[in-house]
Amino acid sequence: MLSAVLAWVLALCAVTAGVLVFRFDSMARATFALLASLLCVAGEVLLLGLQYLGVVIVLMMTIEMAVMAVFMIMFMMNPAGLMPMAMLHNTRAAAALCAALFALLATGVLTADWPRATGRPPADPTFELGMSLMGPQILTMMTLGTALFATIVATVVLATRRGRYDRWGDDLRAARPDDPARGGVGR
Amino acid sequence: MTLSLLMLLAAALFCTGLFGVLTQQSVVMLMMGLELMIGAVILAAAAAWRHLAPANADGQVVVILAVTAMALEMAVGFAVVTALFRTGEKDLTDQAAELRG
Amino acid sequence: MADSAPLWAAAALPLLLAPAALAVACADGRSVAPVREVLRLLVQQPRRTRAADALATRTGTVLLPLAAVLAAAVVPLGATPVSDLGDGVVWFNAMEALAWAAVWLTGWGPNSTLSLVGGYRFLAQGLAYEIPHMLALTTAALGAGSLRVTEIADAQRGLWFAVWMPAAFALYLLSAAAMSFWGPFGQPAGRDLAGGVATELTGVGRLLLLGGRRLLLLTSAAMAVPLFLGGGHGPLLPGWAWTLVKTGAVLALLLWLRRRLPGVRMDRYTELSWVVLTPLAVLQALVVAVVVLP
Repeated sequence: MLSAVLAWVLALCAVTAGVLVFRFDSMARATFALLASLLCVAGEVLLLGLQYLGVVIVLMMTIEMAVMAVFMIMFMMNPAGLMPMAMLHNTRAAAALCAALFALLATGVLTADWPRATGRPPADPTFELGMSLMGPQILTMMTLGTALFATIVATVVLATRRGRYDRWGDDLRAARPDDPARGGVGR
Repeated sequence: MTLSLLMLLAAALFCTGLFGVLTQQSVVMLMMGLELMIGAVILAAAAAWRHLAPANADGQVVVILAVTAMALEMAVGFAVVTALFRTGEKDLTDQAAELRG
Repeated sequence: MADSAPLWAAAALPLLLAPAALAVACADGRSVAPVREVLRLLVQQPRRTRAADALATRTGTVLLPLAAVLAAAVVPLGATPVSDLGDGVVWFNAMEALAWAAVWLTGWGPNSTLSLVGGYRFLAQGLAYEIPHMLALTTAALGAGSLRVTEIADAQRGLWFAVWMPAAFALYLLSAAAMSFWGPFGQPAGRDLAGGVATELTGVGRLLLLGGRRLLLLTSAAMAVPLFLGGGHGPLLPGWAWTLVKTGAVLALLLWLRRRLPGVRMDRYTELSWVVLTPLAVLQALVVAVVVLP
């Protein structure tokens, strides 16, 4: 009973916060509205009995949104929303499309003949997840690892303008790198 | 807390996020919409695990996948925005219609 | 496996932590000035800045002590935490991560340059300390083969993790100071910024932020006990007394170190953290993994 009420409250909060993301003028508020929405999703995941995944979502989303706030403010011309302006295009078609999509999805959800659950949840879903990731799903895990590593390389390449020739000179023979900010380890 | 409620919530979040993606001009706001859409995927996967196949951990693996996808999306997205802004002071999607630097 | 404490313990936790945090502040300053300061802030007239985002400030200032108390819920006193979660270590880490949002929001809220710079400084510091910190927590969990905090404490009946995971322990202590932006890591609220994130805060808001920072320090010092110092296990004394003694020892070590270390700028610490400390933490985790591998 309590969990059902909680699920409804969290659902309403998630949608409200999700809508507010695009209603706020202040980028800080928009980012943290998104965080609130995602934390509500994490709450629903916790209610479903996935303790580990719920807490991991809380951890990841908090850090991610804190970093995101920096970029939001960096790349918006009006980050604090003190002079409200519309930064939208194509609103009407998008609204129609999204409403139609929601109607379609909702019809599907409500009319689908969902299968009955097979089996019961294990006593410790976290353990099951670990065994699965390290066993039959090891390929998924390795793909994720490779993707993460590739992302680290790709983001650094994309985001930095200075390469090794800028740092170590044209013949790469400079005694110490020419960096705009001094480093912390022995330099 | 039925499967239908959670799936409806996921659909609502997905459509809200999609609306943001389609309407926002700023690239960073567009990414907020994407995050919301992936949040809906996370919720749908967790709900499907609990209500359809709880004995199997595959639903949880999908959640892990979606969470990772979210992190990757944000990292690459911000790197691309930074690169776009470096090359031509572009921070709106309309300005970035071509990939030429 | 220990049981969770009764429900009233959840209400008693903040009442227990707040005076302890005040005592830490007094010991840190070697005077009773913090007590006077608390009383002064409780009655201080609030001051407002122009075009401030009051909601952001309020969320941030309330969130920081709340996060510290929620993190403390999994720290066992003796053998009994308020809530013995199956993945207590992850919970602890997630609650600390809320400090990122809290401190940045507090810096953003007052519409003041100095406090916003303080907020940014904390994010930069967070990027530096978080990875070695997570790896240190992972290492302790790996050594015990469990994410449950009480099981990690029980796994150290014979040998403390601090003895055979010294690098993880040292990194944990470093990040404990860094996450409560205190001592050598105090730049986000530094004097060069006229108080950084706390510049524009007055009255209860200031009390909550500065108190929340002490609470965070206290909680992370207390968490070092079950993670690395054998929890409540020890001869003669009962478990809760050992927990208190060990927490006091960790705090004394931190306070002693604070007076001997210079301030660390977060950009330099970031490079140190990513180039030296993170590989060190990975190596430590590798050693532990090889040892516990059956």
